[in-house]
Amino acid sequence: MSDQNSKPPLPNRWQRFNQWDKRPLRLDRFAREDAKNGFAATNSPADPKPSLKISQGKVVQLDGVAEADFDLIDEFIARHHIDLSVAPEAMALDARDFARSLVDINIPRSELTRLAKGMTPAKLAEVMGHLSTVELMFAQTKLRARRTPANQAHVTNAKDDPLQLAADSATAVALGFDEIETTMRVASNGWANALGCVVGAAVGRGGVLFQCSIEEAEELTIGMAGFTSYAETVSVYGTEGSFIDGDDTPWSKAFLTTAYAARGIKARCTSGGGSELLMGYHDAHSILYLEARCLCLQRGMGVQGTQNGGIDGAPLTYSVPGGGREIFAENVMAALLDLECASGNDTRASSSEIRVGAKIMPALVSGTDFICSGFGSILSYDNSFAASLFNGEEIEDFLALQRDFVVEGGLTPLTEDRALDVRRRAVDAVAAVMEELGLAQPRDDQKASVVFASGSLETDTFSAGEVVAISRKIKDSGITATDVIKALHKRGFVEEARNLLSMLRLRVAGDHLQTAAIIRDGRILSAINDPNDYAGPGTGYRISEERWREISQMRDSIGRSDVFGLGARPHDGNSAYALIPAGSAALGRDEKEVVIGLSPAWGIDIHETTAGHKLSDVLDALISGIENAGGTYRVVRVRHTADTSFLGLTAARLSGSGYGIGIQAKGTAVIHQKDRYPHMNVELFSMAPITSLDHYHRLGANAARFAAGENPEPVLVAYNGEALLAKHHVKTALLFAAETGATDPSALPEELRLERHT
Amino acid sequence: MSDISYPVMDSAADKLTTATGKKLSDLTLENVLAGTVTAADFSITREALLLQAEVARLASRRTLAENFERASELVGVPNETIFEIYELLRPGRAASADVLKERARHMRSVYGANRIATFLEEAAAAYERRSLFRRRY
Repeated sequence: MSDQNSKPPLPNRWQRFNQWDKRPLRLDRFAREDAKNGFAATNSPADPKPSLKISQGKVVQLDGVAEADFDLIDEFIARHHIDLSVAPEAMALDARDFARSLVDINIPRSELTRLAKGMTPAKLAEVMGHLSTVELMFAQTKLRARRTPANQAHVTNAKDDPLQLAADSATAVALGFDEIETTMRVASNGWANALGCVVGAAVGRGGVLFQCSIEEAEELTIGMAGFTSYAETVSVYGTEGSFIDGDDTPWSKAFLTTAYAARGIKARCTSGGGSELLMGYHDAHSILYLEARCLCLQRGMGVQGTQNGGIDGAPLTYSVPGGGREIFAENVMAALLDLECASGNDTRASSSEIRVGAKIMPALVSGTDFICSGFGSILSYDNSFAASLFNGEEIEDFLALQRDFVVEGGLTPLTEDRALDVRRRAVDAVAAVMEELGLAQPRDDQKASVVFASGSLETDTFSAGEVVAISRKIKDSGITATDVIKALHKRGFVEEARNLLSMLRLRVAGDHLQTAAIIRDGRILSAINDPNDYAGPGTGYRISEERWREISQMRDSIGRSDVFGLGARPHDGNSAYALIPAGSAALGRDEKEVVIGLSPAWGIDIHETTAGHKLSDVLDALISGIENAGGTYRVVRVRHTADTSFLGLTAARLSGSGYGIGIQAKGTAVIHQKDRYPHMNVELFSMAPITSLDHYHRLGANAARFAAGENPEPVLVAYNGEALLAKHHVKTALLFAAETGATDPSALPEELRLERHT
Repeated sequence: MSDISYPVMDSAADKLTTATGKKLSDLTLENVLAGTVTAADFSITREALLLQAEVARLASRRTLAENFERASELVGVPNETIFEIYELLRPGRAASADVLKERARHMRSVYGANRIATFLEEAAAAYERRSLFRRRY
């Protein structure tokens, strides 16, 4: 009675749900499909059927809307996007046939982009609707504008600290980013941010494009002063309501992109699924159709490229069924419209690391012009745009993905020395510029704190008020990039001065204004001179041998020399006893005996288990276990095999009791009995990395009890589910190769005598 | 069409001059240090934009080319004027289509900016049809 009462009541729920409730995934919200309220990734009933009517050289009907009823977006698309010379041909194509041609290696990109220029938004959305995620990825590989994929970094910090911006920009450059985007917590700090980033970006290599995201007029003015080289803050929307609510029109935004070109600044627009939904003007259309309108509009405006694929709306779009596929379809549609695509992945769209990792894969594997339109190169709390999909914390995870799948994500592993070198150089350079231009006198301790800091919580630097004053001084005294060049040169930063000058020179000819331009090794690379020529296996962008060496260099990679090198043998020659060969092993007569069969390389090439136990300790544990349980032991070295089962069986067949222990030097052990089949052992310790000396002791004891005719409880090694194989298998494989290398198929087991050093 | 080759920086180095009439080859670190090349030399020129328009058109990017052509007309236009126009193009800023049309006339007569003017007139008509000339604040 009392026993029953003390038991807790049975739960009324399968307990797995409780565990699921606690996973990070459950911090994400999942939206029900509801087209009427805008929650449809694709194919809303309200989406129009594709249609186009041309009369007297003019579009008079677009996707079911007559000219008189065109809203601003329809009209702009009709006037500027639709290419009348191909529209009749393009609109007459069957959408599924055209979708198939997107994944046909025999149809070149140029033919597809030619036809897309005559397609309406509804037509493009219909085409995309026919492609599965894997087909979208294949299409993207083919349709990307620039042959060489690249990546863009966010460089910001919570203090708007220009010293840290310089250090982090230089770090981003060293990591391989081709564009750097900054923004600030305090709007008036724009000039200080620009100075910090532009000086930092000039360290190491020249040619990294830089933008300062701020209010349009200020952004253009900072650009005019020579600090920035691109802009991507020109947002467009897929409904008229959102556009006007955003205080713009297609014409005002188009004019702004023209203004950027007129100042020699590369520009791309921003759009992304979910923005209309967030702004309350979705018109019950699907997310994909609205983005098709945005992209046709952008092409019509004559901007060279887009930053799209969810962007700020990504978490919302990702919450909708099919959202991940829709987001990537947006990127493919941009490429099909012949636009440079910086494929979003710049917002933390999930709390689940699995959903984060999965979300990056379509763009990373297929390759876009910029995999992220803002990879958080700084720590997530320092990201003034809000956390990105990947952040400073996860840079090495991204590097691992590049390496695992042999894909170009634009990033390069960074050594610890290199990181400190560029950070120190950048901080010294920007401090020198500040001193030369009379902006500030950074102290040595401030500079040092920034060099070593992972994030702004660790820095001892300017106060918020000091940064505001620095920024105001730059603006008010009319400091330009040429003043910065002079200051750098005067203080001995000649290479940095040259790098910054090369960025200024760019804008005189404007080559970087062409589609998908980046600068590598001082040379422009764009869709003009580096066009994507993918046409199946062996074509298009291929990772060169040199590039592969960079990508494959993961920090702390281990090889044979690390496992067998001098430093890896701390226990070599440090044993409590010696194992002295004592002739061929004979069959034992002692009925209490347990024979311990050691592997060929035990104590010769290998001196510790994968768990790090000294082999002499392991042998001691086995012996003490046997003796404590009343047994006796004998040690033999098996030389014809390194396989645990055969080690064990060989030992058992030499044993007077018929029981033996086989053990590999890496720690895997087995109890065997002489009459068993080789792989039907008595007890097995397969998880060497988590096997303790106590486990070995108990294993020895159990072997002795079996020898005495008892049936002991098996020894269990508790396992908590960690990825043991990922953690240990590199070392295990190398160790085991030493064992197999030491085997001699014709050698007989050898008796070993333990000689204590004491 | 033409013998224009890309990058223009290399192919047209002799043809292009900066806003103050210097050659691309003059844009050296030494000249910046000496002060003979200044910030004003590092702006894009009308000619460069027209060359880039040609490059874009040859690559079948008509709309990009048209944007560069419109941009070429804004090279000499002061920032303040550009921001005035941008502001006028935002919803509800201009009280009527006439304001935009007047600005178009001004751009045509003062800067010879025919493409920009046409663009503004097109906006004026679209805004009128969609009743955008209403007060927003």
